[in-house]
Amino acid sequence: MITTSHYLILSTIILTIGIVGVLTRRNVLIVLMSIELIFNAVNINLVAFSKQLQNTIGQVFVVFVITVAAAEAAVGLGIVIALFRNKEKINLDEIDLLKW
Amino acid sequence: MLKYLWLIPLLPLAGSALIGLIGLYRVRVIGRKPNKTLVHTIAVGAVAIACLLSLGAIHDLMSLPQDERVYETVSFTWIPATPLKLTNGAWATFKVDWAYRLDPLSAVMIFVVTFVGFLIHVYSIGYMYEDSGYWRFFAYLNLFMFAMLTLVLGNNFLILFVGWEGVGLCSYLLIGFYFEKKSAGDAGKKAFIVNRIGDTGFVIAMMLIAVTFGTLNFEEVFRAAGAWPTETMTWGLLTGITLFLFLGATGKSAQIPLYVWLPDAMEGPTPVSALIHAATMVTAGVYMVVRCNALFSRAPHTMAIVAGIGVATAIFAATIGFFQRDIKRVLAYSTVSQLGYMFTACGVGTFAAGLFHVYTHAFFKALLFLGSGSVIMGMHHEQDMAKMGGLRKYMPWTYATMLIGTLAIAGIPGLAGFFSKDEILWRAYGGGHKIIWFVAFLTAGCTAFYMFRLIFLTFFGQPRFLDAAEPAEESHHSHGGHGQDTVHGGVGHGHGVRLPHESPKSMIIPLVVLAVGSIVAGYVGMPSYITHTNLWEHFLDPVFRYQAPVSDHGGHDAASTEILMTALSVLIAGAGIFLAYWIYNRRKTQPADEQRSLGVVYQCFFNKYYVDQIYDALIIHRTKDLGTGLWAFDRNVIDGLGVNGSGWVTRSLGRLSGVFDKYIVDGAVNLLAWMADRFSYIFRRIQTGLVQSYAMVIMVGVIAFFSLYMYLSK
Repeated sequence: MITTSHYLILSTIILTIGIVGVLTRRNVLIVLMSIELIFNAVNINLVAFSKQLQNTIGQVFVVFVITVAAAEAAVGLGIVIALFRNKEKINLDEIDLLKW
Repeated sequence: MLKYLWLIPLLPLAGSALIGLIGLYRVRVIGRKPNKTLVHTIAVGAVAIACLLSLGAIHDLMSLPQDERVYETVSFTWIPATPLKLTNGAWATFKVDWAYRLDPLSAVMIFVVTFVGFLIHVYSIGYMYEDSGYWRFFAYLNLFMFAMLTLVLGNNFLILFVGWEGVGLCSYLLIGFYFEKKSAGDAGKKAFIVNRIGDTGFVIAMMLIAVTFGTLNFEEVFRAAGAWPTETMTWGLLTGITLFLFLGATGKSAQIPLYVWLPDAMEGPTPVSALIHAATMVTAGVYMVVRCNALFSRAPHTMAIVAGIGVATAIFAATIGFFQRDIKRVLAYSTVSQLGYMFTACGVGTFAAGLFHVYTHAFFKALLFLGSGSVIMGMHHEQDMAKMGGLRKYMPWTYATMLIGTLAIAGIPGLAGFFSKDEILWRAYGGGHKIIWFVAFLTAGCTAFYMFRLIFLTFFGQPRFLDAAEPAEESHHSHGGHGQDTVHGGVGHGHGVRLPHESPKSMIIPLVVLAVGSIVAGYVGMPSYITHTNLWEHFLDPVFRYQAPVSDHGGHDAASTEILMTALSVLIAGAGIFLAYWIYNRRKTQPADEQRSLGVVYQCFFNKYYVDQIYDALIIHRTKDLGTGLWAFDRNVIDGLGVNGSGWVTRSLGRLSGVFDKYIVDGAVNLLAWMADRFSYIFRRIQTGLVQSYAMVIMVGVIAFFSLYMYLSK
């Protein structure tokens, strides 16, 4: 029997992977992908609680999150492409223009 | 005519204003002097009409019953009613009107002032004709008439004071008439300043009267004072008031100690000496004392002082008059001496006799001064009697009239001075003031002596002007008068020595009129042993309504004593005249001989007892020292310590607060800025520009806050 706790554990694992990815990976594309993982961890949470509480609002919300995540990914990739065109760099630790 | 009373002072004022304005306009705008005929027509006309109005008013006053002879006319309210707290704690309504009062006392005064004033105006036409300041002179003279008439007609102390100051001003202006001469300017200032001292006393007295009686109106003050007791034993309020009033009188009427200005006042033109410094203004003090008889008679201590000062001044000035060489100075000291007589009379309580002497003195002293003016002009502006002599032949009219004046002042029976002087002597004796009588009696002899010395030196003996050097030094006077020579042609004019000449008619006629006056004026006050009642005293009775009852010291002891006293005073006058005759006519003593034969005494008399020098040393230089001291105080303490000191303190404080501002206040501001600058070097390190490190911080923050939340909500 798969309970809500299982979902939450899975969500936690994915969130952790996502956060570690964001904080540790140098490649900006991988960072973007890790952000997607964080979104999905959240989505799993929402769906799990939606099921447990027998309330569809959680699932509706997930659809919205996916939509926004798609838009965010598009904007993020656009910025990455613009950045790469100007700097020919893709590693985050080499991009520190906005420092003191 | 009484209702035109207000016009009497106003006419001369209008005349003065008119002449002054015309003069200023002509001189300043057109650049020429005003027409002389116009000037003296206005001036003499104004005074003549005033004189006629006065005579009319006096006539009307005389036609009233004896007890109703007071006429008051209010022109306007000067000081509107104001509450005034009196010394006794009550509140009075203080109010001063510009009002004139005609009663027997002011009637006598306006008669003397306008009549003698008119004659002197006429005389001035001749005397001042060649003067460049002709219009100025008449403007001042008319202004003086206004002030003097205001003085004697005012119905309260304040109006009297307006006139009092007005005559002082005119006196100053006219003494300094030849202001380009330093001595004249100095004399004017001296007169003004000495008078100021007296006026201070008068003002104080006036304020005391106001806070004591709540009014300055004569009638009200005297009626109130009439209810007061006589301060026989005590020095009370009335004694204080009268002493201050008398201080004012000593200034105006040239008594010890303030007489010093009058002899110097002779620097003015001779008509001025006659009108202001002999006949009218200087008698203002006597007038004031007589006016305030209700106050004075209740203050016996003041009365004693008045009598003492009066008689001391009389003998003091008479002895100075002995050996003066300047013809006008002799007359000036004679005036001081005669004023002393008047105060003596007031001091012994016979105010009527004092006023009688004012009245007769006005005639003969004006006559003598005008005569001396005629002599001076005839001698081509020579005033030194040592250079005269034998003028009888050259100036018969002047000689005759002056002789009459001299006889009158010496107290020869039948002339004006005899009656008044004798009245005073008799009253002093009869009132029991034997010492005062004796000094006054001696003074009568002195008066006869120095006056006849003047006559003998001037009109008798050998002419001394013939052997005098070229009279070149004489022409330093600005006013001419030489033009008259052509009128009286035939005298050696322009040939080395210029012989004396008689004066023009406009000068002789006033002399003759005054000479007649000097003879007849006294008959209104003949002693009671001739007429049944003394007309003069009877006429003046209403004035003394509030006088304190006089205690008689056997004043009624028979006419025989009075006649004896009269004989005595005639005798001493005769002795004085004989002495002068013996010394200056028989032995032909010259002024130069006096010094040789008398030595120290002569020096003492001639130098006026060195009073001027003593005043200089004791008062004037001390005042200057005080001024210098105050100046030093002002400079060092007020300016130095006060002004500059506080300036220095302010500057130092400013500097201090500048330092504080610069280092503490600005320093704090700068410190903050500096600290922000320094700290920014440290904290800006946080902003690495690396997105992942920011995310790390956010992460740690979220976990921290979340943990805290969990911890706290447990």
